[in-house]
Formats: sequence, structure tokens, C-alpha cells
Amino acid sequence: MEQDVTSSAGLASLPQLLARNAEQFGQKAAYREKEFGIWQSWNWSQTAEEIDALALGLLHLGVSEGDHIAIIGRNRPAMYWSMVAAQAVGAVPVPLYQDAVVEEMTYVLDHCGAKFVIAGDQEQVDKVIEVQESVKGIEHIIYYDKRGMRKYDHSQMNSFAEVQASGREVRDQYSAEMKRRSDALDYDSTCVMLYTSGTTGRPKGVVLSNRNIIETSKNSSEFDDLRPGDEILAYLPMAWVGDFIFSIGQAYWTGFCVNCPESAETMHTDLREIGPTYYFAPPRVFETQLTQVMIRMEDASKLKQRMFHHFMAHASKVGPALLDGKPVSFWDKLKYSLGNALVYGPLKNTLGFSKVRVGYTAGEAIGPEIFDFYRSLGINLKQLYGQTEASVFITQQPDGEVRSDTVGIASPGVELKIGESGEVFYRSPGVFVEYFKNADSTAGTKDSEGWVATGDAGFIEEGSGHLRIIDRAKDVGKMADGSLFAPKYVENKLKFFPNILEAVVFGNDRDECTAFLNIDLTAVGNWAERNNIAYSSYQELAGHPQVIDTMRSHVEEANASVAQDDMLAGCQVHRFVVLHKQLDADDGELTRTQKVRRRIIEEKYADIITALYDGSEQISTETEVTYEDGRKGSIKATLKLVKAETVAPKTLMAAE
Amino acid sequence: MNAMAGNYVTADGRQIGGVVMEMKNITLRFGGVVAIKDISFDIHEGEIRAIIGPNGAGKSSMLNVISGFYHPQEGEVWFRGSKRPPMKPYEVAQQGVARTFQNIALFEGMSVLDNVMTGRLTHMKSGLFSQAVWKGKAEAEEIENRRKVEEIIDFLEIQNIRKTPVGRLPYGLKKRVELARALAAEPKLLLLDEPMAGMNVEEKEDMSRFILDVNDEFGTTIALIEHDMGVVMDLSDRVVVMDYGKKIGDGTPDEVRNNQEVIDAYLGVAHD
Repeated sequence: MEQDVTSSAGLASLPQLLARNAEQFGQKAAYREKEFGIWQSWNWSQTAEEIDALALGLLHLGVSEGDHIAIIGRNRPAMYWSMVAAQAVGAVPVPLYQDAVVEEMTYVLDHCGAKFVIAGDQEQVDKVIEVQESVKGIEHIIYYDKRGMRKYDHSQMNSFAEVQASGREVRDQYSAEMKRRSDALDYDSTCVMLYTSGTTGRPKGVVLSNRNIIETSKNSSEFDDLRPGDEILAYLPMAWVGDFIFSIGQAYWTGFCVNCPESAETMHTDLREIGPTYYFAPPRVFETQLTQVMIRMEDASKLKQRMFHHFMAHASKVGPALLDGKPVSFWDKLKYSLGNALVYGPLKNTLGFSKVRVGYTAGEAIGPEIFDFYRSLGINLKQLYGQTEASVFITQQPDGEVRSDTVGIASPGVELKIGESGEVFYRSPGVFVEYFKNADSTAGTKDSEGWVATGDAGFIEEGSGHLRIIDRAKDVGKMADGSLFAPKYVENKLKFFPNILEAVVFGNDRDECTAFLNIDLTAVGNWAERNNIAYSSYQELAGHPQVIDTMRSHVEEANASVAQDDMLAGCQVHRFVVLHKQLDADDGELTRTQKVRRRIIEEKYADIITALYDGSEQISTETEVTYEDGRKGSIKATLKLVKAETVAPKTLMAAE
Repeated sequence: MNAMAGNYVTADGRQIGGVVMEMKNITLRFGGVVAIKDISFDIHEGEIRAIIGPNGAGKSSMLNVISGFYHPQEGEVWFRGSKRPPMKPYEVAQQGVARTFQNIALFEGMSVLDNVMTGRLTHMKSGLFSQAVWKGKAEAEEIENRRKVEEIIDFLEIQNIRKTPVGRLPYGLKKRVELARALAAEPKLLLLDEPMAGMNVEEKEDMSRFILDVNDEFGTTIALIEHDMGVVMDLSDRVVVMDYGKKIGDGTPDEVRNNQEVIDAYLGVAHD
């Protein structure tokens, strides 16, 4: 692939994009953050000045070209500025997951060899100091929030404001050097390094070049007609590639405004106040919001409940068609606009989606009912399919071609092919440069022609050209009788029930499928409260006989739905267990992006899985748990193993 | 350590200033009952001072004397170098003494924000008329007060409940809101009446962190009453121990812990 080292528009790096934005959109808001109850904002020229000061300060501290600068904190403008400032001095920004425990952080900081760390607050600084005991390369820590930092040893530590102040002082001395370093950046320079959370093994450092980020941002912004004046809420982890593309790549390319919430807990209030026009959330967020709406509707008055259900039924009938611009009868339209005034509008406002023009969900399959719920309200929610290695975009759904069972057509500039095993491959300008210090893995993932294996099994639908993902290629297996086993398909059906937060289905090489379930504490807790059921812990509620009964009816409903698909009818769940603890990233059971890590769960709960297949009624087990501060403890429980009715594929109609 | 000694440096290296408040031979009676009997101690600038003792020892009465709610029959209260005449509690508050209560005393129907704003009352200077007209001075003052309150909300990490009515909050958070209201008054001396009562371990840890942070960030002098010995010993610089209205110990946590009289009071001895 022969490509130029500069882009057509002559904008080949983030500092260049920033300079263009400062000139072109100078007075328009670039960042907002709610602090002290008020939205503080910075326009593009102020942003350029802040980043400039920070970059000069970093030079003054002795950052060299090619150094890695780790950035750890929640979404705040200063953290985003740090990424661009790092690039401006020729260094490579490496954002880390802020909720990572010390052990994970040690691995990443050691692997990337970061000399400088920019941390959000005291909590992150404490972790880095602990990491420093084993990783000697870290020379200097810069922290943003000064709270509680007064008593620390400041010989190798500075506040963000001090670094900026020193940068402003030494401007004359260093600005030539900074200009030299910024100008040296081209399309092939590294833009950012992101660690993949990895459903298996150690995290890998994905090196993305300016070409990857800027080309992808350009293509995807044009695809959805993003423009200056758009608003997004930046609340997803900064270490995740999606946040980098949305909040930096696309924001700098199109010049829209990035809004940072006051704290993680106020995210929904802030969402509502900002009313973003472009919004991204993983399916879990949409699920949680839908669960909350349903819970609140159950507490509403009878009249409101009837009105809600009546108009929602109408919305699910005509809403998606209206959104796709298909013909709808006059009376249906009229009724929809009445519903909009009475139900949909106020509901969208409460959810913070009043102004959403483009919304995406990705990362996991979304339950069709959840997806349709939001679409029927008139929210243009679409699906995309992406990976860190692709700078996010592989496929996405164009307006008017949105369906819950596909992930859309190839994104602009992306080529797709399906391997012989059914695995999906892609090639695009966004394809990563390499895995940092890991040539073997790079070669194993990307071939000499630039095709990258996604690790997902899927097929391209004839006619529409849409890609459909079945499951992780390595998770798709065969049952003992040779029929197809696709756990994710069944899990997604189960997770649609508001009461079920997480499900893990087993059955590869077995006669029948079994499942682990996690209850959703919000939904089940609310139900318990209304039914006067007392409980003192998650474990107790999860083991309550009535809860288990409810779970059984959910599993049976899901079975009936699975049975409708001839190919996958064998994947019905015969026996299940409601787990005594929530699967958690701190225990390594989920990735930091909340994906299930099957191998680890299979190993950890081997005793329960054995019991699910040997016909026992209950099992006593002890599980190790990790607390948020890294301490370990264990919980003991006796779990009931429950049998669920299954449906024979041929009696499908009767089951309905 | 001599309780009357001047400035000193704590174990964790904080410089403690001179005497802020001094209680001289305080005796408080309710009819024939002697609640406090001839007690003297002092509180230094910037320190965390605890008053402990078994139930009925007179701790809360002592705190009420400091806050001006009770007037002792005998003895003197010295505040910032001058003898304090008998005062109403609001006058004491105006001098820069704020407190929280053992059984939470918030306005249940009002939002967290409004509750904390009431803590600014002593800082509002504009008259009723200009408040009503809402122009000029009153408006500027309100903005200034709100800014201060928002800083405290940020400090105590209660942004997410800013607009929530206090009545809907769980107990632990109400306690935090009460602390926020006391802090809003920007007190020189902060009195905490059993700040950890009824909390679980995690809430206690949070509250301890906040008390230490308040002392550290704002340099506020803190006097607290607490039952949880672990908390008291970890938090405070010096401890006064009371039993049956009398002072039976005074000193650093270590000194108090090894004081035989204190051990007897807590573990109990046969009374002759």
C-alpha cells in the first residue's frame, strides 16, 4: 500500500488540526466541563493556548521525542489536552483505564516504558507511586486535582497548573524547539498508543498513526455528516479507542464540542443538561436506562401507565418506519405526533436524547427489543462494528438501513472479506501500525497485504450487503450432536430481561446447554422492595426462591425464542444457576469494557459447571473476590441448580 | 504532654498554633444534677480535639457549653483571647463556631443545596428589603455564597445529590450534608457531635477521610465527640476523657490509652 506521508488537506497531526480549529473556529466552544455546578467552557483559541502552555511545560521538564506519556484519569478537558500536548512535543500519549488496579497498571506502565505520568487526582497518583516500587522508569508525575496532594514529596511531582505556568514562563526559550518537533510530525508518526483490554491474555499496546486516526475520523465524520456545532458527552473510558476517535479524532477533524460530566454519578443529569447531538453508548447503558424507565413507570399512576403503554405500542408499530422515511398512513402519523407531545418527547427529554441526530451503540450485540424501543421513540440509534486495531470503524449502518440484527455495511475506505472458517477480515486506512514490542502478535493478526483478522465469525448478507456477526470465532463451537453452539446469541436473549444483568452460557461439546445468571440489583431490588421482600445482601437476594422462580420463567421464555431459529435450537438452556456474586472486572471475569471472559470464568467456577452437568440439586462453593482497593477476600455460598423447560423445535407454533 | 503547653507539632508533622478556646473550671448543673464538674481544658488552633467518655459522662453537655447552648453556673469560657460573656447560640455562630448534631437536624423537605446554603446565613449582610428586590448587593452576595457552597459540595463529593430533597437520602449521606452545612459557615472552630454514629465501616472511613481533609485543606480547628474508639484514636491529636461529669484524662491518644483511670472507666471497676 503506497500512501503519501501527508494528507491531502495538509493536516497530518493533531497539533495541526488544533491550529486550524483555533484559527477557523476561534470563539466556538471546544470543551465544556461542569464544575462547581456550572458549565465552564473553553473555546478553540483558549484550548490552543492551554495545550501550548502544557506542551512547553513538558519540554521544560525534559520530555524527549518518542517518550511515552501515560495519562490516567476520568474524562476532563485537561486530560484531553494532555494527549494533544504530548503529541505536540513529539511524545506518544498512552491513556490508561482509570479503574485499573495497581497490578494491571504496573504491567502497562512497565511495558510502554513511560517516563512521565499525567494523573487526574490523588487516587491515581497513589496507584502510580505504588507502581513505582517495581517499575523504575517513571521519572515524573503530574497531577491535575490538587486536593489532598499537599503532603506528598514534590521532588518528582508537579501539579498540572504549575507545569502550565512554567511553560508560559519559558515560552521564548522553547517555542522554536516545540515548533521543530510539531513540524516533524507526519502522517506516519504515532498518534496514540492504546492498550486493548483483551478477552484473553495480557493487554497489547496498539500503535495507531496519525493516518489511522485522521483518515478514519474524516471518513466517519463525512458518513454521518458531523459538523461544527455538534455536541457530545465524553463519559466513556479515555483508554478506549472509541473515546479517542469521538472525543479527539472526530472532534478535532470537524471542530465540535466535547462536554465532560461533573462526576460519574452525575452523568445522566449532565447528559440531560447538554442534550448531545451525537451520542455513543455501549448496549449496557441503553439497557440500564430502559430498565430505569420501566421501573419508574411501574411506580407511576395507573393513568400514566396506560398512556405510556398505549403510545409505546403505537410507536413500536410506526416509529422505526417514520425514522427510515418509509410511507406511513396519515392517521398513524397524526397519532404518532400526539404520542410525541404526550409521551415520547418528555421521555426523550428525561433520557437526555431530545437533540440526538446520530446515536451509535457497539461493543456487544444489543437486544432487538431494546434497540427498537429507542428507535421507535424517534432516536436515530444505529449500530457499528469496530475494533481498536481498526481505529474503531469496520462497518456501520447508514441512515435508513438500520436493523437490529446486522452491524451495517463496510465503513468508507474499508474492505471486507470472509475467511474460509467464517472469520471476518478487513483492510482499511485505519488499520493499526503494530502491537508495541510484540512483532509476533502483529504478524499473527495482520498479514502482509494488510488484512486483519477480527476474531469474529460472521457473514455478509446477500442483497443488502450488511455484515452479520454470529459470535466470537473462538467461542462458536459444536454441541455433542454436531449442531451449532453460539453462546452469545442465547446470552443476548437472556440479557434482554431487565432482571438479568449478565449471562454466560456453556455447552461446547456437551449434550445440552447450561447457564450462569447475574441478577440486576436495581431491577430485582426494586421488585423486592415493592413486594416487601427483605434481604441484606446481593447474595441473599440472588438466592431468594421467588427470584429463582422469576429467573426460571425468563430462561424458559428465552428458550422458546431460541427454538424459533432452526440452526440454533440446540442452544436452549436446560439447567442454570443464579450466581452469588456479580461478575466483575476487578476479579478478571469481565474485561474493563465489560465483556465476559469465558475461559477465566470456566476455570474459576469449574465446580459449579460440573454440578450443572452431573444432575445435583445444589452445590456449596467458595469464591475469591477482589475489592476495589486490591485487597482479596472470599465468599461462601450454597447455590441451587435449577432445571428449565425447553421447547422442541418442531412444536414451535404450539409454544407460541 | 502538658495540656496547657503552647504551640506544638503533631506526629504527622502539622504545626499546631496557639490556644483558640479555653474552658476554665466549668461546672454545669441541671437542678440538683451535676452534669459537668469543674472541668478545664483547651483547644489549639488547627488541631483535632476529641472528647470521649462512657454514656452519660457529660460529653454532649460539654459541647453544648462550647456552642453557647448551655450556660455553665461556674467557670469561664475563653475564646480567641477574651472571656466570652453569656451568649445566644447564634452569636456564638457569628464568632465562627459551627456544629453538627448527634441526631441530624436538617430541613428534610429542602434540597441538599438549599440546606447547605442556610449555613451561609451568618455571612449574609444585605437587608430584608434588598433581598426582596433582588438587585445589586443582594444578588452579588448570593452568587458569592453559592460559589462557596459549590466548593464545599465539590469537596465533600455530593454533586450528584445537589438537587435531591434531604428526606430522601440515606443516613450516611445526611450526615455528610450536615457537615457540608457546618462548613458553609467557614467556621474557625467546628464542633462535631458523634459524626460517625450509626454508620457502617465504609461510611465511617469516608467520614474520617473528610474530617482529616477539612482540617488539612481549610485549617479548621475541630472538636468532636465520638464513641468509636478506633476512629477517635486515629483522628485526634489530643483527647479529653470524661466520666460522671469529671475530667479523668487529657493528652495524646497514646497517653490516654495507657491511663489507668480511663481504662477503669471504660472497662468498669467495683465501686466501693
